[in-house]
Amino acid sequence: MRRRLLLLLGTKKGGFILDGDETRRAWRVRGPLCEGWPLNHLTADPVSGTLYAGGRSFWYGPAVFRSDDLGATWSHSSEGLTYGEDGPKMKTVWNITPVGDALYAGVDPAGLFRSDDRGETWQHVEGLTNHPTRPTWEGGFGGLCLHSIVPHPTDPRRMWVAISAVGTFATEDGGAAWEPRNSGVRADFLPDPYPVTGQCVHKLVMAPGLPDRLYQENHCGTYRSDDAGRTWISIEAGLPSTFGFPMVTHPHDPDTAFTVPLNGDDRGRFMPDGRAAVWRTADAGATWTDLRAGLPQQDAYLGVLREAMAVDRLDPFGIYFGTSTGQVFASADEGRTWREIASFLPPIHSVETLLVGS
Amino acid sequence: MALVRLPRSLVDLFPALPRQAEVPDVGTVAELVASLDARWPGLRDRLCDEGPALREHINVFVDGERSGLSAPLRPDSVVIVLPAVAGG
Repeated sequence: MRRRLLLLLGTKKGGFILDGDETRRAWRVRGPLCEGWPLNHLTADPVSGTLYAGGRSFWYGPAVFRSDDLGATWSHSSEGLTYGEDGPKMKTVWNITPVGDALYAGVDPAGLFRSDDRGETWQHVEGLTNHPTRPTWEGGFGGLCLHSIVPHPTDPRRMWVAISAVGTFATEDGGAAWEPRNSGVRADFLPDPYPVTGQCVHKLVMAPGLPDRLYQENHCGTYRSDDAGRTWISIEAGLPSTFGFPMVTHPHDPDTAFTVPLNGDDRGRFMPDGRAAVWRTADAGATWTDLRAGLPQQDAYLGVLREAMAVDRLDPFGIYFGTSTGQVFASADEGRTWREIASFLPPIHSVETLLVGS
Repeated sequence: MALVRLPRSLVDLFPALPRQAEVPDVGTVAELVASLDARWPGLRDRLCDEGPALREHINVFVDGERSGLSAPLRPDSVVIVLPAVAGG
């Protein structure tokens, strides 16, 4: 019996699921889901198989959707997703990350919320919002969004989050106290290029099996940390630009990571020269290789947003990315060859995978 | 007994929420929303923000007049909830 493999897509006009199996040969498009709400993230708890989606309706505000039947039916809630009557109004949900039995949501204006009842109700993680740098936080073009939530794999007290145009923060006491971890990360758009906070991190990920190793794609370069984010080194040499959004790691190898450089923040933000490529490092950022086989190499002015790339956990593993013009490209051989598996979806904000029955 | 008419995009979010309902014993729009929320938990959050106020792009008309949460209702009022024209 072949296991089902689902590609979960959050788009500007609802959720979509590409239904496939572990052969990764054929995909069937299912959607739009979640009543067509703009979704920043559609993801799954890999243990329970529960699907979660976060976003904002232009009319009805922010909410988190949940499905217990792989997307056939959905419920939603935003109870507790608020800074209160005296706080800033909640704009949208950017990221949903299951952590054990809990569920975390990153939101705009930047903050972290936790649910212990599978998204029915939410509690504000006030320690982060109470950080003394909070009055200095200012959003970028994408808003003041908390978009990356990185739990420690074994220590529930430790977690990292990343906020666009603010930077990376870490807690080691379960969320009561947080500290900025941006040393060595440039902010080329500020008078002081190395501030304590203000860095425009675009995506933060953890290396598998090495919890103190983090990678980040940034508005101003690509970085690696080997000390839990306390210090960062630039690993952008060898990449075609210093600007990109997504970053994912190999499912098992902490030295291998993937990114999609775009041509620059002031040059259109598409793949350089209109030639599509994913770039891979297999030595923790010392060198980079472009992966192009099967990707369009002419007039392909594609963009890929921060959450729109993912890997599966098969062997060899697959890697997928969605574009801001609605195409999905897939590789079933770890990035060596690619093919387009969906062509005409709405702008894609996020891509995740779920292997059912694993 | 106020009569409320709801948009399709809202009723699709809640099981068995009808497009049109009669709601007894409500004296304001806020009480009407609260009554609906009691039967369909979460509905208030779809129509109202933290203000508390109607969301920016939700319009409520009471007997033909655009109204806010504090608007009074008569026993025979007709309340129409309309999402603003928007999109792309």
